Amino acid sequence: MSVSVENLSVAYRSHRGDVTAVDNVSFTIADGEIMGLAGESGSGKSTLGNALIYLDPRMKQTGGKVTLDGRELPISDSKAMRHLRMTSVSLVPQYAMSALPPTRRISKITSDLLKSHGVRDRGGVLAEMKRRIALIGLKEDVLGKYSFELSGGMRQRVTIILSTLLNPSLLIADEVTSALDVSTQRAVGEMLLEFRDRGFVKSAITITHDLSILAQIADTITIMYAGRLAEKASTDTIVNSPLHPYTQALIASLPEVGVRHDQTTLTGIPGRPPSLVSPPAGCRFRDRCPFAFAKCAQTPPFEEIKPGHYAACWKVSEETK
Amino acid sequence: MSTLTVDRVSKLYRAASRGGGLTPALRKVSFELKQGEVISLIGESGSGKTTIGKVILRLVRPTSGTVTFDGKDIGKYSQRGLREYYRHVQGVFQDPFSSYNPIYRADRVFELLRDVYFARLPDREWNDKIEAALHAVTLNPGDVLGKYPHQLSGGQQQRLLIARALLLDVKVLIADEIISMLDASTRVDVLNLLVKLKRQGLAILFVTHDLSLGNYVSDRTIILRHGAIVEMGATEKVFGNPQHDYTRMLLSAVPELHKKWQHTPLGPVAVAGNGSAAAGTIEGIPNAAVAPPLAHASMLDELSHAGQVVKRDLRSLAGGTRRAGPGSPVAVALEPPALTEFEPGHLVAEPE
Repeated sequence: MSVSVENLSVAYRSHRGDVTAVDNVSFTIADGEIMGLAGESGSGKSTLGNALIYLDPRMKQTGGKVTLDGRELPISDSKAMRHLRMTSVSLVPQYAMSALPPTRRISKITSDLLKSHGVRDRGGVLAEMKRRIALIGLKEDVLGKYSFELSGGMRQRVTIILSTLLNPSLLIADEVTSALDVSTQRAVGEMLLEFRDRGFVKSAITITHDLSILAQIADTITIMYAGRLAEKASTDTIVNSPLHPYTQALIASLPEVGVRHDQTTLTGIPGRPPSLVSPPAGCRFRDRCPFAFAKCAQTPPFEEIKPGHYAACWKVSEETK
Repeated sequence: MSTLTVDRVSKLYRAASRGGGLTPALRKVSFELKQGEVISLIGESGSGKTTIGKVILRLVRPTSGTVTFDGKDIGKYSQRGLREYYRHVQGVFQDPFSSYNPIYRADRVFELLRDVYFARLPDREWNDKIEAALHAVTLNPGDVLGKYPHQLSGGQQQRLLIARALLLDVKVLIADEIISMLDASTRVDVLNLLVKLKRQGLAILFVTHDLSLGNYVSDRTIILRHGAIVEMGATEKVFGNPQHDYTRMLLSAVPELHKKWQHTPLGPVAVAGNGSAAAGTIEGIPNAAVAPPLAHASMLDELSHAGQVVKRDLRSLAGGTRRAGPGSPVAVALEPPALTEFEPGHLVAEPE
């Protein structure tokens, strides 16, 4: 069991008190698993990803623990985390396109990064980097370039190479394909798969709002809603037979190539997610859910419905009893 | 019956920095947008799709070519004529958050419009008009009027901007990536709204990089690459029976829920043992063990490389001048690949 998150809660400090953006979240990621984490904006998916690597001063851990490769990850201790970043946990940030400083060549960025992480054999790592650059079909001369000389897709791929250079156990890839064209999306997605297959990363969390990308690259998909987990299962199960009404509605709202308005009318989900400043009691999807009933006023547990298939929904729990 | 005709429109942008290179953003693009028709304009970044929208909205002057609306060249409009033009042709853009001034209430966009077009309209009629427009975009006036932009969701903001266009006698709507910033659950509502407006006779140019969204709403599809049309025709023909290699490549890259990409792993390459690299000891990497690059990635880099070559050639050929007279090197570089009719109404470009 590579990663295990138990009852993790993360809050943002604000003038009006703490806003709990990640609320009592538990899941595990197996070795070699790419877990997709999907949800609407404001669902807490990026907060969850960031919490596993860097809690910025506005954020605090209010409960739970994270275990990586059998050892507890000291996520609220930024100094201790410093030694684990890049080597054990690594992040490809959202807006990775702008993650590369414009005044340094890629090679200089790389050696600065390695120096600050105390890597001694920098020549060896650089040789490996060149090999990985060739592997994904970029030319070696990207090392001598400034970030603005590269296209968006090239920058994104260089950022992923940098993040995974020290073969971290866990890679957190936050919206890495969102700002890219479809063909570049595919190149980046395949690159993640290839890096996992080669063991450059042991396991990964891919955070995105785009379920169809996850259908391509993720082994399992976790759906988050208003700070809580709604459903987790294998990619096939989430795509073909989701149980949670939110997942079902989300899947039904996606247009696919070949679906046209005059044949099938897709429907969105009415309403919007509740504010996390004072979230409603009980199931947070209740107000938008077509199946809500009296019991939904209580918070549904995130429980295993079938082997490997978790959901937090009273309707689902009752039907499978 | 109003028609918007884009006739051999070209646009050369000159880079402000780095030697003032010229970029052909559009190369003799021609198409017609009829009443009650949705055309999706699909292209990757840098394909010129947004420039077309801007040329139609007269925010950008084309280097050559004309746009005519109801038989009149929009480049020749006077200030007053332009105001009338905007009564019929309106645009909505990608980022709703930047279309509003966060200091003012969101419905100020209506008031600004009123000052220009409906200054003499009595309050009551104006309010009725707003109510009708909001109703048309399925917004509840109580939910949105008097609110600040941050109190509205992205979907509500976009629909409010469409409602603003509907207050006018709008015939053509340029919708430039209007749903790419929305959540999946609200995207489809805006798409369905476009379909409804189209059925009421609105002509829509739906500019997007997302093939599945374009496919869902449009009657016709135009695929753009490097500023030129590579394929154009009825949406079901272009998507169902794509003829150009570029269209096929785009379609094969679209992530679909129920169909996986054909990903073939790169085959064995010696890799230093996992984890050991963390200690900084990557040893024994055979020099010759460079695997064949991902087919897709290399194709892309070739494409962007080709783009660079076009730019450089243009710069050297044109010697930095903007003139594009017939027969000049720039005119040659602006020449798009020839389109041939594959079947009635389905045009395919020659390979470049």
